[in-house]
Amino acid sequence: MTEVEPVGAAAQTPPSGAAGRGMFGVQGTGDTSGFGGLRRRRAVELDSPRPFGGEFDEVVDALEEAYPGFDDAIERIVVDRGELTLHILPERIAEVCQAMRDDPALRFELCSSVSGVDYLGSDGRRLHAVYHLTSMTFRRRIRLECAVTAEDPHLPSVTQIYPTADWQERETYDMFGIVFDGHPNLTRILMPDDWEGFPQRKDYPLGGVPVEYKGAEIPPPDQRRSYQ
Amino acid sequence: MTTDYAASRETTEGRVFTVTGGDWDSVVNEAGSEERIVVNMGPQHPSTHGVLRLVLELEGETVIEARTVIGYLHTGIEKNLEFRNWTQGTTFVTRMDYLAPIFNEAGYCMAVEKLLGIEDQITDRANTIRVLMMELNRISSHLVWLATTGMELGALSMMIYGFREREYVLDIFEMVTGLRMNMAYVRPGGLAQDLPDEAVVKIRELLGWMPDRIDMYEDLLSGNTIWRERTQGVAVLDVTGCLALGITGPVLRSAGLGWDLRKQQPYCGYETYDFEVPTESTGDAWGRYKVRLNEMRQSLRIVEQALDRLEPGPIMIADKKISWPAQLAVGGDGLGNSLEHVAKIMGQSMEALIHHFKLVTEGFRVPAGQVYVPIEAPRGELGVHAVSDGGTRPFRVHYREPSFVNLQAIPAMAEGGLLADVIVGGASLDPVMGGCDR
Repeated sequence: MTEVEPVGAAAQTPPSGAAGRGMFGVQGTGDTSGFGGLRRRRAVELDSPRPFGGEFDEVVDALEEAYPGFDDAIERIVVDRGELTLHILPERIAEVCQAMRDDPALRFELCSSVSGVDYLGSDGRRLHAVYHLTSMTFRRRIRLECAVTAEDPHLPSVTQIYPTADWQERETYDMFGIVFDGHPNLTRILMPDDWEGFPQRKDYPLGGVPVEYKGAEIPPPDQRRSYQ
Repeated sequence: MTTDYAASRETTEGRVFTVTGGDWDSVVNEAGSEERIVVNMGPQHPSTHGVLRLVLELEGETVIEARTVIGYLHTGIEKNLEFRNWTQGTTFVTRMDYLAPIFNEAGYCMAVEKLLGIEDQITDRANTIRVLMMELNRISSHLVWLATTGMELGALSMMIYGFREREYVLDIFEMVTGLRMNMAYVRPGGLAQDLPDEAVVKIRELLGWMPDRIDMYEDLLSGNTIWRERTQGVAVLDVTGCLALGITGPVLRSAGLGWDLRKQQPYCGYETYDFEVPTESTGDAWGRYKVRLNEMRQSLRIVEQALDRLEPGPIMIADKKISWPAQLAVGGDGLGNSLEHVAKIMGQSMEALIHHFKLVTEGFRVPAGQVYVPIEAPRGELGVHAVSDGGTRPFRVHYREPSFVNLQAIPAMAEGGLLADVIVGGASLDPVMGGCDR
């Protein structure tokens, strides 16, 4: 396995994996078609400057007004592909959600989704909890993101503010091992109760058994040779 | 005699009965003085739409506490996606909510297209066919809901009729995509293949008789005393409850809030179609039944408009570094490369062969970043959160599944009600466990 090199600022983008390093692990000039060299390059948004454009400025201004700890709590604001992402300090997420839901200028009534992403190889705070909030009043959407370490994967639960986060936080715990403090019943939900490990983490193998087909043995999907 | 039906054994939790049939009274007699009984319903139970398990604490026939246990159909689709290229992902996600495969595919493909920044390049014809297929799929999904719910409440004829008509829609799907279910028809950049002319004829036929059939279902059920008694005022959930629990789709609309992403945050050109968002104000199982019936009628309207505006044209984006190189055709052994395409790449153009090989085996690269694409699936908001690291495979794909989120409402609907109404409440949510557990 080639080592994974981190790119960009820490814990903001997925680490550039082994992608684009040639095919089948071949280094250098293995690829003669030129296809592998054709990439749609696009600057990765790490920290967007103001103005964010249109309604995003309104949302950020309203939050700044509604939430006194704004400057401390918000680590970074990213506008990418027409979507607004606020990176929040993990311990502040419940307070921010409270302001998001209750302030008349924000009114994010619905918590659409809570899930996780494991950015293994980016930096210590590899586990991200991602919240998608919807404002039905203003027809807006926003993404909140909190990064925690695998050693201390704790952040406050938002179930008191959005009861719908109940099962979604359980799933995120089940799959990533992120612990939501204050959740009424943080148990596994999709995997069996006695399962060990957190399957969606990047260092958890896919598993599977080799398959025999016409006398040849096909290894499980995560061990097959593949383009890297 | 009673022990024949309900064998009991002592456990640390108290006596446990395994009920296999017979008269409920005999179980109650056997249980003796116990006032509260804990009933485990499922995971294999005909009324739970798949493998859903309910643990119900009963006092007499009243449900004191309801707990939902899921995960029996978890297949790790989201994890598997990370080991296949972006195009192969379509084949996986279509298997999540197996009653609404086109929605899973469309949501996924729109997310990939948004990551690639090619939403504007999707051709009109591809978008129109996507809308057409999604609305047909909405009809077939609602038909299954009507059929299974009818069966659960004792209206067995409805079950036969619902599946009969759904079969016709699935025939259309087979004609268009080669498969009845799990078609992997919508692909990043467009569609797997074009809509054949015969399918247009067949869809027009459906448009001819389907409105009458929907009226027939309504005649069959709406005036039926048992149907009314079992659905009206049962499993009530108001708008506040829906929003707190994250419930979207027909359940939210039955409570009176006309929130439909096709209207509120349109995609695929839905803003150009003329249709209405049916709502009811009762917030009960009856309201959900009315909303779903009316949604089928509105879907027929959209299908008709989509057929009318169907112009010949490409169904894949022009960018050859993304569009799938094959020209697919349905042969005797199913969907595959057309013989002309195979003849061309094997016999005439070395470059085309290399291109085909590289794109199919390696796949295209998707610029790093993340997107969230919500669409209005038959059960509510289906959200796709896709993250790319710049490689040829998804870094992470998460589905915000309406079945998963909506099932959280079961305790709110069931507790304090009667045992028989648990079935109605659960059915009125229309959960599909394949989507819920993924």
